[in-house]
Amino acid sequence: MTTNAPAMGVATGSHDTVKKNYLEISKGFWSWAGTLDHKRIGIMYLIGVSLALLAGGVFAMLVRLHLWKSTGVLFDNATYNQIFTLHGVFMVFIFIIPAIPGSLGNMVLPLMLGAKDVALPRLNLLSFYLWLSGTCLALYAIVAGGFDTGWTFYAPYSIYTNQAVVSVGLGIFLLGFSSIFTGLNFIVTTHKLRAPGLTWFRMPLFVWAIYATAILQVLATPVLGITVLLVAFERLYHIGIFDPRLGGDPVLFEHFFWFYSHPAVYIMVLPAFGIISDLISVHSRKPLFGYKLIAFSSIAIAMISFLVWGHHMFTSGQSSYAMFAFSFLTFFVGIPTAIKEFSWVATVWKGSIALNSPMLYTLSFLIIFAIGGLTGVILGALNVDIHLHDTYFVVAHFHYVMMGSIALAFFAGVHHWWPKMFGVMYSEFYAKIACALIFVGFNATFIPQFIMGSRGMPRRYATYVPEFEGFHQASTIGALVIGTGVALMVGNLVLSIFTGKKAMQNEWGGVTLEWLSPTPPPLENFYEQPIVTTEVYDYTTLDLRTTQTPCS
Amino acid sequence: MSHDHGIVVPAPGAGFLPHTVAHHFDSPTQEFQSAKLGFWLFLATEILLFGGLFAAYFFFHQVYPETFRLGGQQLSWKLGALNTTVLLISSWTMAMGVRSAQTSQKRKLLIYCGLTLLGAAIFMVVKIIEYKAKFDHGFLPVFGGTDYDQATHQLSWFKDYHNVMVGVQNPSLFFSIYFTMTAIHGVHVLVGAGLIIWIMVGAAKGRFHANYFLPVDLVGLYWHLVDLIWIFLFPLLYLVP
Ligand SMILES: [Cu+2]
Repeated sequence: MTTNAPAMGVATGSHDTVKKNYLEISKGFWSWAGTLDHKRIGIMYLIGVSLALLAGGVFAMLVRLHLWKSTGVLFDNATYNQIFTLHGVFMVFIFIIPAIPGSLGNMVLPLMLGAKDVALPRLNLLSFYLWLSGTCLALYAIVAGGFDTGWTFYAPYSIYTNQAVVSVGLGIFLLGFSSIFTGLNFIVTTHKLRAPGLTWFRMPLFVWAIYATAILQVLATPVLGITVLLVAFERLYHIGIFDPRLGGDPVLFEHFFWFYSHPAVYIMVLPAFGIISDLISVHSRKPLFGYKLIAFSSIAIAMISFLVWGHHMFTSGQSSYAMFAFSFLTFFVGIPTAIKEFSWVATVWKGSIALNSPMLYTLSFLIIFAIGGLTGVILGALNVDIHLHDTYFVVAHFHYVMMGSIALAFFAGVHHWWPKMFGVMYSEFYAKIACALIFVGFNATFIPQFIMGSRGMPRRYATYVPEFEGFHQASTIGALVIGTGVALMVGNLVLSIFTGKKAMQNEWGGVTLEWLSPTPPPLENFYEQPIVTTEVYDYTTLDLRTTQTPCS
Repeated sequence: MSHDHGIVVPAPGAGFLPHTVAHHFDSPTQEFQSAKLGFWLFLATEILLFGGLFAAYFFFHQVYPETFRLGGQQLSWKLGALNTTVLLISSWTMAMGVRSAQTSQKRKLLIYCGLTLLGAAIFMVVKIIEYKAKFDHGFLPVFGGTDYDQATHQLSWFKDYHNVMVGVQNPSLFFSIYFTMTAIHGVHVLVGAGLIIWIMVGAAKGRFHANYFLPVDLVGLYWHLVDLIWIFLFPLLYLVP
């Protein structure tokens, strides 16, 4: 891929600090807590979002166990409301939104660009601490009485209910700015720090996806910021903007909220698309089918996603013309998304497929995302949505996208870049079993929810009519299988740090720049500035030496 | 982090400090352009943040035109115009400050920053005078008690001592929007003032000069944004109604 590719182990740096990898170069608490290195910040995010995932997962488990019987098992109704709210807030704002950009984006993006770091390292560290502060406020809110609004904070309920809404709202304000600064940083990095020869159309698709995500983070999140701030003012001072008793309009809240939160769906899913695009090429050992189409479709999705928020409000009282437009645009945004799906499938076709664990997660993604995407189109149809809205059908649809697609792509990416991050390989055997458990458990959890939803089971209820008990129990068993799979996956990964065998410099035979960097990378990522002379995903240029050299 | 091998931009003369480019940049230009692009994006987020408030303003202005007409009349357009003038002049002094940094004129940079700071102070004092007058009229849209249902029913916290808003729908809403928008803008003025003080401290040490003036440039942009937002707030709140 480059003219001056150093063979692994031949250090061209002049002194020790250049050669030492980023994990060894300094030790102690402050060398991590105060680090400006994108790789260490990436690792801190990885640990942070993983803990958030576990917390969100525990809340999900509690919800599923509670719903084992139609009368509810574990909680009173008020507590149940708090538990599913915590599940939503932790999963959406604290896990999924920062997960891929914060951890893998930070770790891999500068490497893929051949840069020494992100453009604004201090801002990067600030993003992490904003994330941490926002999370702490959400945790504080649990102690300070909890909150039961659902992750959507709909007014006027969020104005009248218990007090902790202010602290969790301010927490989300901070989390929002964490996300904004991450996106801003990646836009600048992509524009200004690309290696010589790395033109826009030689960038890996993961970079394109993170770039498109960053545009959304920067342009959509401020609106969420002002919205949660106004809810906080509403509670503290009763300014009345969203409060119908003071002349305000709760539907205005919904417009503000979804103006952010629909693009937020793409803030969550575009990085996942990026991971899948990259992995499917590497593990099929084939250039991507429709590289430019995928790149442009990311940008197209980012743009169109600003114009579809009204599909969350088909039953909230909009004009029928607005409903028509929002429904049409919702179908329309399906086109660039489908272009991606077809391109991925076409890439696998006649590829030299390596069925290792990252690829298994990737293939699982393809299946699950097809279902998640198509059920989204069903919900975008006006008349169908009137029947299905606020049912488990919607719950199952967005879990197919959020959990089944995004979380699985995140797992795929973590397994793919794990050897680069830590220089060790996990057990492929257990990784594959974990993937199988998660895939099977996931479908077992949510297929019953599709069926229940289409038969009218409403979402968010603590108790339900007995005829749905069988479906709920199947769903709960599925959730337990997911939990087992995730526990196995995490255990396998963590154990590998201590007992895993040394990874190759280029474990999978990738040709993007991160595989040219030593494993694990040194502080400034490359011994010499890489220069790109070939097209992207060109496997004829693969330097086989790097796939056979274990890291030092 | 080791900065031992960052490129050093020399000081243009005695009394100035050299600048070390962060280690991950290849050139001072790359550093300058990166920071500049990042800051413009940040300004875009600021505009979008206020965008939500402007959207709320336009929405309620349309729903309750009479409330906004009467409410706007309660504001003193003279004080508003005074503050607009003060901010416009301070934008000019800030621009001159940036110019002074670019031409390595340390004393002038300090003076212009000081004048800008004075503008910020005058703006805030006038704002406090205006707020005080509104409080005295009982227009405070803040409810401090706990019996919310009762209070909402009687609007007991919106006193309107001189009965000037009688007969219009939801009279408190105009003042809610007025206070929210101007208070968030006021916070930006204070942040801007803090940044200018930070620039002055650096300027006194000789950090900013013709070879390195990036922070002055960025704070200048921020101050112009604070000014720009007020330019929209003033006619919408004081004049349009
Ligand atoms: Cu949506």
